[in-house]
Amino acid sequence: MVPWYSAFIVGGILCLIGQLVMDLTKAQITPGHILVGYITSGAILSGLGLYQPLVEIGGAGATIPLSGFGHLLTQGTLKAVEQKGLLGAFSGGIEAAAAGITAAVIFGYIAAVIFNPKG
Amino acid sequence: MEEQNLELKNIEQKEYDDLVNKVKPKPPVLKNCIWAFVVGGLICTLAQFIQNYFMGLGMSRQDAASYTSIIMIFLAALATGLGVYDELGKRAGAGSIVPITGFANAIVASAMEFKREGYIFGVGARIFSVAGPTLVFGFAVAFFIGLLKVFINS
Repeated sequence: MVPWYSAFIVGGILCLIGQLVMDLTKAQITPGHILVGYITSGAILSGLGLYQPLVEIGGAGATIPLSGFGHLLTQGTLKAVEQKGLLGAFSGGIEAAAAGITAAVIFGYIAAVIFNPKG
Repeated sequence: MEEQNLELKNIEQKEYDDLVNKVKPKPPVLKNCIWAFVVGGLICTLAQFIQNYFMGLGMSRQDAASYTSIIMIFLAALATGLGVYDELGKRAGAGSIVPITGFANAIVASAMEFKREGYIFGVGARIFSVAGPTLVFGFAVAFFIGLLKVFINS
């Protein structure tokens, strides 16, 4: 099990990088850009074998940031390719990420129906 | 005469720009970074505690991580609905965007905003206005890495 302070430091650093990108670039960076950037970077780093070591050190500090979601997609795809070949490239990513995506859609929909925006 | 006017105008413009640059508030980068680090770190710490709890019950690391994501998404959807998450986001910046809770927040916030357009094409469609692009690029990158692996294996 990963100790909590490792998760704190690794997760904190990943968020800090995002903040630096937002504050130090001239272009208008929206939260959407940050999310797309993180999932893409995480998926690529995972493909290069560079993200798993971060998960070993940081645990949830590496899997909870959206780059960890990208890592999950890539690892799911690679595992499925080993078992099913080309079909795995199509099915593996979403299979691995299914729990998170379904949770986001279900809880997101319910919350949006129950609550009203402020202001 | 006209040339002189033009020159004066250029000088005025430059002085104006300088003034704007001087007066315009610069983002307090250090303060923002500390907030992002601490809040992002705390969100991940909470997740780690949840994950360790599930692993303590004898769950595999993968399953424990999946349950942790589900719970974090649930908490973020609730906090967004209550208006708490966006208050946090004003200070925490990337600290509240980068974790998966920020992904859930984006889903709920945009879906809630378009409720007046109906429950099917308002909420149902807008739920993906930020999550959609994120998933499209995530799926695409993972697919192409998988395809590369197919070629390497064959």
